[in-house]
Amino acid sequence: MSGAGLRRAVVLAAVVVACVLPFVLSNFRLFQFTQVFIYAIALLGLNILTGFNGQISLGHGAFYAVGAYTTAIMIDKWNVPYGWTIPVAGLLCLVVGFLFGIPALRLEGLYLALATFALALAIPQILKYFEHWTGGSQGIVLSKPRAPFGLTLNPDQWLYFVTLGVLLVLFVLAANLLSRRTGRAIVAIRDNPIAAQAMGVNNALYKSLTFGVSAAYTGVAGALSAVAIAFVAPDTFNVFLSITFLVGIVIGGLASISGAVFGALFIQFVPNWAQDISKAAPWAIYGIFLITFMYAMPRGIAGSLRLVLGRLARLSGGTRRVA
Amino acid sequence: MDIFVQQVVSGLATGGIYGSLALALVMIYQATDVVNYAQGEMAMFSTYLAWTLINAGLPYWVAFAATLAIAFVGGLAIERVVIRPVENAPVLTIVIVCIGLLVILNSVAGWVYSYIQKPFPSPFPEKPIRIGNVFFGAHDLGALGVTLVVLLSLYVFFRYTTLGLAMRAAAQNPVSSRLCGIRVGWMLAVGWGLAALVGAVAGMMVAPVVFLDPNMMGGILIYAFASATLGGFTSPGGAVLGGLIVGVIENLVGTYVRFIGTELKLTVALAVILVVLIVKPSGLFGRAAVHRV
Repeated sequence: MSGAGLRRAVVLAAVVVACVLPFVLSNFRLFQFTQVFIYAIALLGLNILTGFNGQISLGHGAFYAVGAYTTAIMIDKWNVPYGWTIPVAGLLCLVVGFLFGIPALRLEGLYLALATFALALAIPQILKYFEHWTGGSQGIVLSKPRAPFGLTLNPDQWLYFVTLGVLLVLFVLAANLLSRRTGRAIVAIRDNPIAAQAMGVNNALYKSLTFGVSAAYTGVAGALSAVAIAFVAPDTFNVFLSITFLVGIVIGGLASISGAVFGALFIQFVPNWAQDISKAAPWAIYGIFLITFMYAMPRGIAGSLRLVLGRLARLSGGTRRVA
Repeated sequence: MDIFVQQVVSGLATGGIYGSLALALVMIYQATDVVNYAQGEMAMFSTYLAWTLINAGLPYWVAFAATLAIAFVGGLAIERVVIRPVENAPVLTIVIVCIGLLVILNSVAGWVYSYIQKPFPSPFPEKPIRIGNVFFGAHDLGALGVTLVVLLSLYVFFRYTTLGLAMRAAAQNPVSSRLCGIRVGWMLAVGWGLAALVGAVAGMMVAPVVFLDPNMMGGILIYAFASATLGGFTSPGGAVLGGLIVGVIENLVGTYVRFIGTELKLTVALAVILVVLIVKPSGLFGRAAVHRV
């Protein structure tokens, strides 16, 4: 089986398994997987920016917050059906991200990291400040949506399928975006901005657009999380949320689409297990994983898997080449 | 007017703390081109060590000196063990490693000392000092004094000692320095050690004000970033001055601009960083970065 065929088979199998899960798992476990899908969308967004385009963001929690609050406020204040709020949250984040991307153009690696880090630290305060809209530190409480069209699904199952659907659409979009001309331009800017410019890539436009798209993905994830958790509060969007996203893309695999799923599984389940040891243990583990992955597996889980699968495919194909 | 003078002085006191932390950042940045995101957590950890020593019964200033020594060795060790392997790696790798360090220090402190706030003693009397009609907090003045002493000794060290000269040479031109027989790698490590030491002073001076807890440096670090950005990441003196300016601005804005108050303090720092980076990315006293193509 060729490498691409193998990958397609694995993806298909994963989707089939994902569709069966709601009928075998408890509601609590199902909710955890819904959360995994939400994280995966956010991580894909961050990975497009940081992994593929090389712009370091330590503040993507801010866009997640903007998405979540957009949805929460629209539902709470104006009674908009939640389905409509999600694309609105995505569009709003697209605009906000694009606008934040314009000053970011002037900032190289370290400085951009710094500015976004500051954004991540400041966002809970900003949310609390606009108390009239955001409900201050109390946050906003929503109610969980029911399954429409008389479907016999409970709310958790329904939300699971909604998130899975959004995830699949967004992943296909990202895969198409990144594998074609635009994607090559995005990667070229990361690898050598001057050469990219010389080849006719409009660096400024592509970089701010990438920022916008990345923010939109993360914003949609935030919107879904507001619907799934049915609650938003400023202190959940602290700087550690942004760092969690960074952990996710590093562990999952920088500049890899499937890496977002591995990263999401990691940041959802590892802290749960580690919590039993101590309240501080998840973060200690995050830190140690961050550093050891940077030393030993800089391409993350996805990169290492690809390496192994590639070798297997070559072995089974019998066409051994001297690398 | 009295309030104004009071606010300026207390702004200078916190500004001195921001300035020292900013100086620690700049020292590391100049030597290794790394913005150390873990600087605040290193300072926090040192402050916890000082707290342990003081609780063990050591007099304040003995504990203070011991903490500085431990912080120096700790900073040195971190450079050797954690940073050195990624010295020549891309920016993203270094940022991630620093963030890793940040969360490790933060969580270990939480693990060992718990997340409950602890009071931290101030070596200065509680009674405010009165000059003319104006009252000054003794801790404010003391902290400012301590900070200035540290900064002055650093200046003397870099300006008048052989080791200081070697360190400056190593930062400016590693290859030539190596050819002159300077052990560049070790100079960088000493730089990290000194930065950790300066950070420890900042931590011990700010802890009586904000109380000791593992997340206490988050807000202060962002102000230190703002100070270093304002002064310029390539200028140590600028970073300190930037700190003082930011400290005073923070206090005056908090007092006189009604809609900001204390609730948007961090947002002010964010605004300072963004405005400086957009208007004059090299900061007030920094050199513009030049790249060879």
